Amino acid sequence: MSANKLTRATQEPVWVRYGLMTIGLGFLFFFLGLPLVAVFVEALAQGLPLYLEALAEPETRSAIWLTIVIALAVLPFNILFGVAAAWAIAKFDFKGKSLLITLIDLPFAVSPVVAGLIFILLFGSQGTFGPWLAAHDVKIIFAVPGMILATLFITFPFIARELIPLMQAQGKDEEEAAVSLGASGWQMFWRVTLPNIKWGLLYGVILANARAMGEFGAVSVVSGHIRGETNTLPLHVEILYNEYNAIGAFAAASILALLALVTLVAKTIVEWRMKKETEMLNTVLAPEKT
Amino acid sequence: MTPFLKRATAVCFSLFLGTAWADVTLLNTSYDVARDVYKDYNPLFQKYWFTKTGEQVDVKQSHGGSTKQVRAVADGLEADVVTMNQANDIEFLVDKGLVARDWAKKFPNNASPYTSTMVFIVRKGNPKAIKDWSDVAAPGVQLIIPHPKNTGNGRNTYLTAWAWSLKQPGGSNKSAQDFVGKLLKNAPLFAAGGRDATTTFMQRGLGDVLITFESEAEMIAKEFGKGNFEVVYPSLTMQTEFPVALVEKVVDKKGTRKQATGYLEYLWSKEGQENAAQNYLRPRDPELLKKYASSFPPVKTFTVDEVFGGATKAFSAHFKDGGSFDQIYVAK
Repeated sequence: MSANKLTRATQEPVWVRYGLMTIGLGFLFFFLGLPLVAVFVEALAQGLPLYLEALAEPETRSAIWLTIVIALAVLPFNILFGVAAAWAIAKFDFKGKSLLITLIDLPFAVSPVVAGLIFILLFGSQGTFGPWLAAHDVKIIFAVPGMILATLFITFPFIARELIPLMQAQGKDEEEAAVSLGASGWQMFWRVTLPNIKWGLLYGVILANARAMGEFGAVSVVSGHIRGETNTLPLHVEILYNEYNAIGAFAAASILALLALVTLVAKTIVEWRMKKETEMLNTVLAPEKT
Repeated sequence: MTPFLKRATAVCFSLFLGTAWADVTLLNTSYDVARDVYKDYNPLFQKYWFTKTGEQVDVKQSHGGSTKQVRAVADGLEADVVTMNQANDIEFLVDKGLVARDWAKKFPNNASPYTSTMVFIVRKGNPKAIKDWSDVAAPGVQLIIPHPKNTGNGRNTYLTAWAWSLKQPGGSNKSAQDFVGKLLKNAPLFAAGGRDATTTFMQRGLGDVLITFESEAEMIAKEFGKGNFEVVYPSLTMQTEFPVALVEKVVDKKGTRKQATGYLEYLWSKEGQENAAQNYLRPRDPELLKKYASSFPPVKTFTVDEVFGGATKAFSAHFKDGGSFDQIYVAK
């Protein structure tokens, strides 16, 4: 039945097929391809030496550095939270489960600017914990810790969202088998659960990472824009552009675009591995099941 | 932690954040386009302070929309000094108890080390023959300005047109309001900010006249080429001030009062003034003003204090909800 449908779909008139393809590819070209090319063209408009000079500016270097530092700082928290939340949701039934799922989605629903303002309201000097923090000389807002917090808030659903459907599909049979054979909780996690979800986890990490590096709104609110100290790459791009420094802005933007391209390649590789692994599993498991 | 470990972590941290070793670090929180002025000024000050006291001072800069910047200071951004382009923004910090009430008296010239004026930028050859404010309000002229209600640039344009009309024979607040209404009708849109207005005018080629700071005109020349536009000085224009102030609460906490005061005072020195002039801002020093006369043609100016009785008064009469702008805009 489905095969029948498929053959008919490929037998649509030529103009329909090519029409759809042109629309799809044309859209991709104009809205994704052209801007990406434009970034590099603008960045290199006045030659490679000036491009490299723009990147060597201490403020740009520090922005690149800070972007990486924040992404790395956020990562372990994201993994820990993502795995724990997905684990709890996929493998157990408990009261308030749907509430937890809703809460995980909250950062997707809330505008990043609002997310940043929440931290100002909490930790700003006129905020809830502001006076206490000031008295103990702890700086959160307008310093790197605040930027890490804001990025964490924005990125923490990514890994959990990626893992929940995967873990739900896998079910808990294998874990139950491991426990009944005498495995401890940690043994079960390291030897059964983690190998099963490793590609999904990596995929989530890549997505969260891409977002952490590119985040603008929330970080902008809590950064304070101190040059060479609390400017990440996206913030730095905006500042340079507003200062009529087009080469500097596009050079910094090209670094962001490069990071995105690397992410894309990594994502494709992971996707390919995931597919291969499930195919392998299917061929191995299929005869046994029947 | 052992002292060695402590030092090692400190070194790692400073490597991470790229901060240089310094005896004192000051943070100057400033408006959006002040980068060039202070980028050149900070090394001058560092050199001066080092020869005077032997102290190595590191100055960090934070730039952004001026209102956003003072909000950040109020929310805990630890700025030792604020260098702004509007007195209102500093008054906001006075209300929050961060800046002394008499900040404008703590330094000469109303605590504004340099000034600028509002000028017209017109297309090459001035095809619409725009010479003065009355020409901007003439039918068929398109005017590009940022929004008067929430940008300094737009507010200055609005108030300058108002003041010009007030000074005409038989001028009154009523006639000024009518005139500004006529002028605003010529604006097909309000740009989001100063930079946005410039790109609308220069890049998108919209409008016959752009009204902006004299200092911004030089930036436009650098970016878009000198031959593409002309600068017109109207018969009367506003002397815009760039007030600076010490953030009392922060300098007391950090113990940087001496250095921060020195930083602001040095703005009035020969070097500081010359640096302003080189960045197209009118220095207070009359000798330097003469030296750079080719960049700063003489022009008849007024200050907001003279005509409107201060920035706070001007703001509440014209730009608060229900003020003259709202009345005009509803009528439009």
